[in-house]
Amino acid sequence: MGAVVGTLTLQTRQRQPSRDNIDDELEMTMVSHRPEGLEQLEAQTNFTKQELQVLYRGFKNECPSGVVNEETFKHIYAQFFPHGDASTYAHYLFNAFDTRNNGSIKFEDFVMGLSTLLRGTVREKLEWTFHLYDINKDGLINKEEMTEIVRAIYDMMGKYTYPALKGDVPKQHVDAFFEKMDKNKDGVVTLEEFVLACQEDENMMRSIQLFENVM
Amino acid sequence: MAAGVATWLPFARAAAVGWLPLAKKIMPKPPVDKKSRNDEILYVNVSGLRFQTWKNTLDRYPDTLLGSSEKEFFYNEDTQEYFFDRDPEMFRHILNFYRTGKLHYPRQECVQAFDEELAFYGIVPDIIGDCCMEEYRDRKKENQERLAEDTEAEMGTDTPLPPNSTHRERLWRAFENPHTSTMALVFYYVTGFFIAVSVIANVVETVPCRPLKGSKKDLPCGEKYSLAFFCMDTACVLIFTFEYLMRLFAAPSRCKFMRSVMSVIDVVAIMPYYIGLVMPENEDVSGAFVTLRVFRVFRIFKFSRHSQGLRILGYTLKSCASELGFLLFSLTMAIIIFATVMFYAEKGTKGTNFTSIPASFWYTIVTMTTLGYGDMVPNTIAGKIFGSICSLSGVLVIALPVPVIVSNFSRIYHQNQRADKMRAQQKVRLARIRLAKKGTTNAFLQYKDEGGFHDRDSDNALCLKNKSSFEHQHHHLLHCLEKTTNHEFTDELTFSEMCMTESMGYRTSRSTSISSQQGMSTSCCPRRAKRRAIRLANSTVSVSRGSVQELDTLQVHKSSSGLQSRSSLNARTEDLKLNCEDRDFTAAIISIPTPPANTPDESLPPSPAFPGILRNSRTNFYTHETVKISSL
Repeated sequence: MGAVVGTLTLQTRQRQPSRDNIDDELEMTMVSHRPEGLEQLEAQTNFTKQELQVLYRGFKNECPSGVVNEETFKHIYAQFFPHGDASTYAHYLFNAFDTRNNGSIKFEDFVMGLSTLLRGTVREKLEWTFHLYDINKDGLINKEEMTEIVRAIYDMMGKYTYPALKGDVPKQHVDAFFEKMDKNKDGVVTLEEFVLACQEDENMMRSIQLFENVM
Repeated sequence: MAAGVATWLPFARAAAVGWLPLAKKIMPKPPVDKKSRNDEILYVNVSGLRFQTWKNTLDRYPDTLLGSSEKEFFYNEDTQEYFFDRDPEMFRHILNFYRTGKLHYPRQECVQAFDEELAFYGIVPDIIGDCCMEEYRDRKKENQERLAEDTEAEMGTDTPLPPNSTHRERLWRAFENPHTSTMALVFYYVTGFFIAVSVIANVVETVPCRPLKGSKKDLPCGEKYSLAFFCMDTACVLIFTFEYLMRLFAAPSRCKFMRSVMSVIDVVAIMPYYIGLVMPENEDVSGAFVTLRVFRVFRIFKFSRHSQGLRILGYTLKSCASELGFLLFSLTMAIIIFATVMFYAEKGTKGTNFTSIPASFWYTIVTMTTLGYGDMVPNTIAGKIFGSICSLSGVLVIALPVPVIVSNFSRIYHQNQRADKMRAQQKVRLARIRLAKKGTTNAFLQYKDEGGFHDRDSDNALCLKNKSSFEHQHHHLLHCLEKTTNHEFTDELTFSEMCMTESMGYRTSRSTSISSQQGMSTSCCPRRAKRRAIRLANSTVSVSRGSVQELDTLQVHKSSSGLQSRSSLNARTEDLKLNCEDRDFTAAIISIPTPPANTPDESLPPSPAFPGILRNSRTNFYTHETVKISSL
């Protein structure tokens, strides 16, 4: 009797490793990420504890797994701009937030980005914007990248605008931008040129202040 | 926009910084956020179950009860929470809606209860999530259908006729619903009997009887007793014709009636007889006439009026028409295929039965339905092989549509059962409601009788203690109403006697529910009015009932011979102490100047000398005593 039980248990034990593999695979697909501790985040960002709590609660409600992938991000952003197609711009925005370039935004990335945008210095904000425009992350913005971004923004407007979008408005917009930003007229905009040009723009400086109280 | 997306809005707004360098104009000023961003926890107490949630969660849907200021009505200052006296289980789902933005329908709950909760909390059912919407819609539809069926059954044909219906309508109703009156029921059974008799006669007609004397051949009974059969047939046809003509007369829409199936069957059943009467007795025509007699067998279909099962069967066949059609079609296909195959397989055999393809049809049908008469049998090997394939496939082809037909029949049958059951339940329910209503009115009248309105002394007060305070207040209310209108509540029987006394102009002192009512004749007032004079005489008989205190009557000399209780006429004759012995009546009558020796129908002038009598309103039973008096 004991021998029988023994052989049976042996067999079950042998069978378990294979089952563990399957379980591992399942776990892999249900990745759940937990952020760093509250104190660490508070130290790294410009938010208070309460603000972080509120932010995390909303984030966790939307993404119980703790990470946002690009599809979800596009879907969320599209809800804010139902008139047009926000997917292209959302893609660039996603890349701007995804500082680690691993295809998903964790809560830390989310909070860091927000901290820069809402509580950062003017220079930090401008740097963030530069990174947004710099699609291939080579430290320079050329006309093609800019055109992409501008087109993406105009896509969000949709078809029905007033006045109607006639001609190649994005291109004109890009030309005007480069006119302003490209100081040495070499066809690319570097970070310093960008920051300098923006600081000279009074309208822009005034507008940047308005976004401080979003949170 | 879903609630969850709202949490991302600050993020999207922050990201708008990315547009700033490209902007040609200044950005607009952001809206000022007056609310403090400090989130607070709210406590919601639903029937003892405490829920806690962020205020922001509830604020997501400002057009609901919990999201608006309406919830302040439910705020309890002492416990610092919002208290709702509602179902706590359901509240879970409501709160989850606020949290996740999706409303789920709990499957184990009643859909009506769920609807009521949603209505209370101000949530529109349209936002139920896709996962639960179908289930919710199905249950709701089921409920509505059931309610519709209930109301239909209420207004069904069992309700009493409107009072001013014509003879025609009443006749039609009697035909359609034999249970409404005894006449209709009798007619129903009589026709049923005659249908049976007619069908049996048709059958027995053809049975061979012993031949007449001097003949060898067996004669069918129809020809031997032709006169008897003819008489029976005539009687049946007369009844059927009469019934058909009555139905035609009573039908609300004659054209529609003539086109209905039952009327066609009726006509077809009686036509052969009349044609036979009209037809002359020559040979060639009577051959066709004999065929016509076949139609007499359709009389058996008249039974479908008498049997619900037959009707259901007919209805099932009608509703399964498509399945039956498919069955027929597939069978025909199979028959043609196999008949062709068998014909060509057996073609070579000498003296074969399979002379043509149509001739093979018979073999195929007999084989596919697994009858196998054996009158046509294949001889060749190929024929035998195909024959076996034919019989196997026949079983399959027939077995396929049959379950569909059976399930249809079962569904319709159960629907009928359910309708009958609901109608029965309806009746019981209505009877119960009526009984309850009667109970409360009787309680009030009894309360009055027991002297509830008098100043109670301690004794009386004791026996009235059993009533609840609700009943006390209710009765007080009814009493107030009586005082207001200066009328009193009474019941049916008292009322009918009341109209009798009123026709004499007598004041009724008190209405009573007890005693006299039950055995009373419900003859209408005019008849009684004729007897009022004689009744006057009898009203002098005092009734020993406690509640009639204002009686000022002449005491009737009660003989010791006891009272002859005419219980069929009087209810509580013991109360009445009315003596029906003749001598006593003479005694009574002597005291009254107007001799009631004449027939009751003669109206005598009411004697004015007895005003005291007039005060007594309890004159119900007297009608029948008056009849007796005339026998003096």
